[in-house]
Amino acid sequence: MSSRRPALLDLDPAVVRRARSLARKAGKPVVDLARAHTTVSVERATLRLAGLSGADHDGTPWVNHLVDAVRDGVGLEHGVTTPVWDALRRGEAPDLLTLAQKASSGSASFRLPEKRDLTASRTAARKAVAKGIRTVDSQRRARERMVAKVGDAPRTPWIYLIVATGDIHEDIPQAQAAAREGADVIAVIRSTGQSLLDFVPEGATREGYAGTYATQENFRLMRAALDDTSRELGRYVRLTNYASGLCMPEIAALAGLERLDMMLNDSMYGILFRDINPIRTFVDQRFSRQVHARAGIIINTGEDNYLTTADAVEAAHTVTVSQLLNEYFAKEAGLEDWQLGLGHAFEINPEVPESFRLELAHALLARQLFPDAPLKWMPPTKHMTGDVFRGYLLDGFFNLVGAMTGQGILLVGMMTEAVVTPWLSDRDLALQNVRYVMEAAGGLTEDFHPPHDGLIQTRARQVLSEAVDLLDTIVSDTSTKGSAHPQPLLAAITDGTFGAMKRPPTKGKGLDGVVVKADGYDNPATTLLDEGATR
Amino acid sequence: MTRSTAQEARDRTHQHEGERRREHPVTGEPSLHEPGPIVRPYGDTTGDGMVQVSFTLPLPHDKRAEGAALQLAAKMGMSPALLVHAKAMGPHFTFFVVYGSVTHLVDVREVQVVEREFPLLGSAEVNQAIRAQLGRKLVVVGACIGTDAHTVGIDAILNIKGFAGEKGLEYYREMKVVNLGAQVLVPELVESAREVGADAVLVSQVVTQKDAHIHNTTTMSAAFREAFPAGEVPLLVVGGPRFEEGSAAALGVDRVFGRGTTPGEVASYLVHELVAPRTTRDPRGEQR
Repeated sequence: MSSRRPALLDLDPAVVRRARSLARKAGKPVVDLARAHTTVSVERATLRLAGLSGADHDGTPWVNHLVDAVRDGVGLEHGVTTPVWDALRRGEAPDLLTLAQKASSGSASFRLPEKRDLTASRTAARKAVAKGIRTVDSQRRARERMVAKVGDAPRTPWIYLIVATGDIHEDIPQAQAAAREGADVIAVIRSTGQSLLDFVPEGATREGYAGTYATQENFRLMRAALDDTSRELGRYVRLTNYASGLCMPEIAALAGLERLDMMLNDSMYGILFRDINPIRTFVDQRFSRQVHARAGIIINTGEDNYLTTADAVEAAHTVTVSQLLNEYFAKEAGLEDWQLGLGHAFEINPEVPESFRLELAHALLARQLFPDAPLKWMPPTKHMTGDVFRGYLLDGFFNLVGAMTGQGILLVGMMTEAVVTPWLSDRDLALQNVRYVMEAAGGLTEDFHPPHDGLIQTRARQVLSEAVDLLDTIVSDTSTKGSAHPQPLLAAITDGTFGAMKRPPTKGKGLDGVVVKADGYDNPATTLLDEGATR
Repeated sequence: MTRSTAQEARDRTHQHEGERRREHPVTGEPSLHEPGPIVRPYGDTTGDGMVQVSFTLPLPHDKRAEGAALQLAAKMGMSPALLVHAKAMGPHFTFFVVYGSVTHLVDVREVQVVEREFPLLGSAEVNQAIRAQLGRKLVVVGACIGTDAHTVGIDAILNIKGFAGEKGLEYYREMKVVNLGAQVLVPELVESAREVGADAVLVSQVVTQKDAHIHNTTTMSAAFREAFPAGEVPLLVVGGPRFEEGSAAALGVDRVFGRGTTPGEVASYLVHELVAPRTTRDPRGEQR
């Protein structure tokens, strides 16, 4: 995707370098922490890549049964694959599915193999998992082929629309209609509460709550439908879902296997807004981002959420800090610039004087700091009052900032935000709004050069310098040095630095699914992803 | 009085309508100084009854669809109705904007309003009332429950920073405030309330998709009434922009606060319910 290059903000390159190096300094200890742990979900994702799918009659997936049984038997510190493929080699079951079924009834035994058995089990596991990785690779090639054949979105920003009926068979026609109306990206919102499920539901689902469950079959059905629509429209319509919550690694793996194109995947969202344990999140995050990198998936980060709980002017620099951290974690996991849909949002109170100019300053800052990232521009929600007429105007100004600052992905704002789930007419009016602004003012990037040392330039520099100060405060915090969790970033999250949420590393959901890796830990998926290998 | 009579009067005087009506009232025209009790919607002239509506019909855009839209408008009491905009949305739907005069009359004497049942107190008065009559800190637990991540409401009421120029409950010296934040599960909320001996539980609900706010609130109130013996249930207060006034009983809570509620109002209410000396016996028991 080509990104427009708007006028420079005159940012001091030394300050920008310092911001990145501080982000690295804050992030590195957390990456080390992530590498030292595994989680039940990382292990389940590995089994999914090896081809294990399906669930028992109660809906509990076989991957959950198998990981739980191995954990009960020999623990997960060495990874799930070694004991599993050792059991297969010993003839506990003829195949993975049967083994999981036997394990669920307690009739399979697991051990930690040694010497030649160990080597052989690892080799067998790698061979099985590599097959899944090759499927991910071939899906990436399929996407590239299809974009080349049917064509890509005609312009940026890509127009991003949400569907969410709860029923995949209702979602499909709605998504196809949205694409025909002009959407370049379709996001299927997940059912409320899925992020806190410690398993991925199975099959095509028709009963979601304010959203549709993310399942492998739902992914497959929707992608196939959008492939049809892409051919019909002569442009590739991208599909988005959410790699977040307790099953983030598994959903990332399923997205890779079923050729989803973008995934919501923020480094701290689950911690702050879903109260998921910080360590669990960072471990799951790293694995899922490695999968996304490999699958050619664009991630969308969730900085917009900070501004729903904190003030958009006062907390503007926390968005920048989070973007820098997300960038560091993403690149560390192998993602490239074009895959970083870093988030930011139009959430300044419209009653604030010069609010539009401040929005422009913030949006330009993100654009200038991350010139090669697509950037995801999110519409107003907090100050949508129920006055739909005023809301429509606000969305127009939001679109204008998007046009003037060359954003890559534009989530279409609805004037009925905070009133109802979007009606057909709301979506149609919202798309007219976007089209009008883009066609009337899309070229403004060419003319729009904020004057030297004007309000916009000054404000952007101020936010950047506040971000640098905050990162500096975070990395120089030594109060937790020598404790069980000395990582300064974890201390900052504990203190409520981001989104005003206080989340200590010893609390939160999913903590019991975190396991410290032993010396002999092996995970063929991680190895293949680290090495970029296919076998 | 007809519209044309008023228009003629306005044309004669070249005055703004409001000015004209005060200075040159037409006989039979309702006085500007005594609105109601019978009112009609106001477009640009008193009594014109003008409203605007927009809606979508599942019909392709053609003459028949436009006729159908007008038929609907007539059935809604709009007469005459003016179809000002019709636009096809895909092959199967048409969007309409209709203006028209509604034939209905509204009698403001029949409108029922929930009046504030408690006096507004300043923060010093709140603190003093708690100190003098409770003799200990008033314990308040707040949370966003379910999957609602929008803490803006609960934070406006609880955080020191407050809302609308009023400091939040954390600012009140005589209150102990526990803000559990977002995405709190109902059992956790019940447990926390029990642990800290909450006098009141404040829950904020912003997300209303598929009536999530109603569902979450009734789940919450049921859980509290199950977990605590009758008479010992903390005061249950729920707030959010889409709750209906007067729906407290249906939701199983003690009070509902709507859009624009300030921390001072909530504090005054808590004092009124939990602290102020009562003339009638507290149905929730003595140990409050």
